[in-house]
Amino acid sequence: MSELMLKIENVKKEYKLGQIGGTTLRDELQRLSAKIRKKEDPTRKVGAKNYNQGEKFMALNGVSFEVKKGERVGIIGHNGAGKSTLLKLISRITAPTKGTISLNGRVASMLEVGTGFHPELTGRENVYMNGAILGMTKKEIDRKIDDIIDFSEVRQFIDTPVKRYSSGMYVKLAFSVAAHLDSEIMIMDEVLAVGDMAFQQKCLNKMRDVSNSEGRTILYVSHNMNTIRNLCERVIVLSKGQKIFDGDVEEGINYYLGIAADQFPNKYNLYNVDRPHDFQGKKIRITEFEFLEKNAAIYDKSREKLKFRISVKSKDNLSAIRVLLAISSINGDRVGYMQCQEAMFNSEKDKNYDVYLEADISKLICGKYRFIIDVFSLDDNNNHLSYDHPTLEIPFSVVDTAPVGIKPNITRWGAVEISKIKTIEYKV
Amino acid sequence: MAELQKFKTVITSKHKLFDLHIKETWQYRDLIFLFVKRDFTSKYKQTILGPLWALIQPLLTTVVFTFIFGSLAGLTTADVAGEYVIPGFLFYMIGNICWSYFSTTLTATSNTFIGNRATMGKVYYPRLVTPIATAFSDLISFGIQFLMFLIIWAVYVISGGTSITITPMMLFIPLIILQMIVLSTGFGIILSSLTTKYRDLAMLVSFGLQLWQYASPIAYGLQLIPQKYLTIYMLNPVTPVVTTFRYAMFGVGYFDIFYYLIGWGISILVFLIGLILFSRIERTFMDTV
Repeated sequence: MSELMLKIENVKKEYKLGQIGGTTLRDELQRLSAKIRKKEDPTRKVGAKNYNQGEKFMALNGVSFEVKKGERVGIIGHNGAGKSTLLKLISRITAPTKGTISLNGRVASMLEVGTGFHPELTGRENVYMNGAILGMTKKEIDRKIDDIIDFSEVRQFIDTPVKRYSSGMYVKLAFSVAAHLDSEIMIMDEVLAVGDMAFQQKCLNKMRDVSNSEGRTILYVSHNMNTIRNLCERVIVLSKGQKIFDGDVEEGINYYLGIAADQFPNKYNLYNVDRPHDFQGKKIRITEFEFLEKNAAIYDKSREKLKFRISVKSKDNLSAIRVLLAISSINGDRVGYMQCQEAMFNSEKDKNYDVYLEADISKLICGKYRFIIDVFSLDDNNNHLSYDHPTLEIPFSVVDTAPVGIKPNITRWGAVEISKIKTIEYKV
Repeated sequence: MAELQKFKTVITSKHKLFDLHIKETWQYRDLIFLFVKRDFTSKYKQTILGPLWALIQPLLTTVVFTFIFGSLAGLTTADVAGEYVIPGFLFYMIGNICWSYFSTTLTATSNTFIGNRATMGKVYYPRLVTPIATAFSDLISFGIQFLMFLIIWAVYVISGGTSITITPMMLFIPLIILQMIVLSTGFGIILSSLTTKYRDLAMLVSFGLQLWQYASPIAYGLQLIPQKYLTIYMLNPVTPVVTTFRYAMFGVGYFDIFYYLIGWGISILVFLIGLILFSRIERTFMDTV
């Protein structure tokens, strides 16, 4: 049985709502003297209910879990679910209101990159500074300084004050320091959200390597599900200060996305939505969009087709109106598009049209997507002439009740399964 | 078995009266050193005179004091009536560099939590590291100023303005400096803990220090204080530090072991109260600061 590195038992953290600490000595003394004389609190707002009650907020409300040596745990949840509070408690920035956190080893917390970086000091000096703040001794840093500089890719500028660095260089250097810490437990809060993709990937690989080879334990908070999939082997989902899921990464992410998409509404009014350009919506304007035969836009790819209605108001006589849906993944990456097979109709001025359409989405893997609608026609050279393009992104979810073959993984294999490969024959 | 496993660190909602992480702070000694270096270098970055500023400030203050309090107001620079009176310039200078250490350290330390919240809110290191680093980096300035004082004193001696008597009291000087550190840091960390909640105190510090200076024998000799108020006056913990410092240096002046020990008592008491408050506040100050 491998060693426990972190044990969290029924941890609670309470914050006071309203003016936290925004009190003056005078108020406090008045309050104290009123308390002694058993009179009403003079600093209380008129009409406010009891001063001490109803103004508290449980950022964490009884969270317990254990983490073993070498585990890489992702923590996900909505804003305000308590993720950052939890990390702050584990990294001892503030103390819990109730409960116990037991740690077995040094904790390096990266709740921000480049904590303690001083703009006037050079890159090298800041490596020492930042390293020391994160708990390294000078000797340790001496030993690692070359690795750190190499990893950061900024050797050329290492003796320049960091105030002259680009933000990318700054982040690379800062992250390199953190990546070379010797601490047994690493805590990261979305620090990888910055830096270019290649460097992000390099950091994730580095983290995974140290975790595998040295048994480093990692707690990682992110809203980016791809990095969670990439790095973690276990996921904890927090919601409203409580743990609601603990286990397999894919399951956890689906669980989180399930609660994230409170609902996928089935009907949208697009008349008043912004358009990217002024001309759009002038000649023809989309008024409504509706997913047909559905209460929520969740589709079983193996059985269902995306059926929808687009309603438009025509303000001009136009010919050969077409529609296109541009689909993005939940991370914002463009996945692909769907266009209507032929022109839908020719429009006449001041008439309303309801168009009923159907699309095959079976090539999309399970997950959450969004699309934007574009109504257009083609010019003589088949160039796209946009008439209307509401900026609202309409979400929908694809599930699979009868999966075939490998488990879908959007980062490794992409969001689209182009086709199934047929075996024609095989020879021995 | 996991159930029986011992953990190295346990964080709970409770805390001990003295939870100072002395051992941990020692592990972070390199950080203290780096903070001292950073304070010192960033203070004089982009200044033409650099660390010379550490000399100019007390020098000019002393010149002004010598002129205003010495020549114009004609306040005495003797701590004890009838004794040999040391040259005013030396008298004011030693008082000023002591006071300047006391007030800068106190001010800087009282700002520990508020000034460092950006760093402290993102990463844990023993919070005591910051006031310790402040005390040290100010001690460097004090050292430079003290050296300048010694040089000026030597000039006075060579030109026959005064004489030096080596007394065993000179061995006391490190102890007096230590008392000065303990006292200023003590008051500083009390204020730093309280200002996380009551910002009023931050206003009070600079103003209060100004008044405090007049209540201490910096600009005048102790002789000026009427005998009947002397007991109260000596309860100001800065007074025994300054008078004993002068006594140890010049061999003349006021020294009373009783008041000196009371001064130490107050210093230690203040320091302990400071530590208790500090260890209490450091756990959750991020929620209120």
